[in-house]
Amino acid sequence: MSDTNVQRRQFLKTSVGATAVAIAPGMLLFDMAHGKSEAVSSKMRWGMLIDTTNCADGCNDCVKACNKENGLSGGLSPTDSQWIRKVELKDMRSGRAVSLPMMCQHCAEPPCVDVCPTGASFKRADGIVLVDKHTCIGCRYCMMACPYKARSFVHEPLHDQKPDVPRGKGTVESCTLCVHRVDKGQQPACAEACPNKSILFGNLNDPESEIAKKIRTVASTQIRADLGLDTGIRYQGI
Amino acid sequence: MKVFLLSLLLAITPAWATDSFAPKLDIGKGGKCVEEPQWMRKNHMQVLLQQRDETVHLGIRDGKYSLKVCIECHASTKDDSVLGRADSFCEGCHRYEAVKIDCFECHSSKRHLSLVQDASLAQKESK
Repeated sequence: MSDTNVQRRQFLKTSVGATAVAIAPGMLLFDMAHGKSEAVSSKMRWGMLIDTTNCADGCNDCVKACNKENGLSGGLSPTDSQWIRKVELKDMRSGRAVSLPMMCQHCAEPPCVDVCPTGASFKRADGIVLVDKHTCIGCRYCMMACPYKARSFVHEPLHDQKPDVPRGKGTVESCTLCVHRVDKGQQPACAEACPNKSILFGNLNDPESEIAKKIRTVASTQIRADLGLDTGIRYQGI
Repeated sequence: MKVFLLSLLLAITPAWATDSFAPKLDIGKGGKCVEEPQWMRKNHMQVLLQQRDETVHLGIRDGKYSLKVCIECHASTKDDSVLGRADSFCEGCHRYEAVKIDCFECHSSKRHLSLVQDASLAQKESK
């Protein structure tokens, strides 16, 4: 190889190195200046395991906690928002009855996201299904698409919303898995409020988490598993 | 002629400084803002828009341009709100400029602490 070529290579090597050294701290500083903390990632898949054998018939504490946390009226008229509701199931032949809380199942393949014409209904990287109310036009396709009847439409103007839970007329809303609490490292309000500790919240993607261990050892089911939506909420004892 | 032009030039000072109709705002607690006030007047909507997308979709909740933080400092010390009066921090300017604010159809316009206090007071009363 000629001497010029070697020199040229050397020059290119050093200049690439110098550029890297010059740019890297700049990018770091840019991130720091913009206060960018880490975005949610798919390392997490938030989910719940609900033990229906422990869920007391007539107990409404999870619903009350949800209403309080998210500023819902708690009314039961057709136009009132319900993010979580208690459902009683009874097998007519055996007479066995179970009571369970029903809410957005935070599907891995959410039909509400598939049908949304504006992209307002979306799934966060960590598996929480949300409505971006800034883009929601209130068409309610997602409400039709949801097999769990989990979503509500806000019909009336609202006042004095919670600062962490903005809600407004003309948009669809549903259980957010208390995303504002989860981002702070807390549990959803319903899980915390359950007097029997029937709602176990955790990261399904971490094999060492309490919820993942329990799912490995006890029988649990996803509601309407036949739809192949891979829900994040699982029920035990139904 | 030159003197006339010069005096004309001097007469044209920023509209904000001279306009006697400009809103006198109740800036609440005030203090040092996240950016220069003049910059914020011009750009607050862009930064709020960018940060809301990061918060809603990526879960980044500690950005410095949060609406909650705006309200925390700038809600009036009288009624803990940025809306409702001609000198309220958000409404004052928006009324003057005739620009509709959509934020508060969903977002709370009240200072968070005041809500917390209200709630604790209400709890005490109910007990």
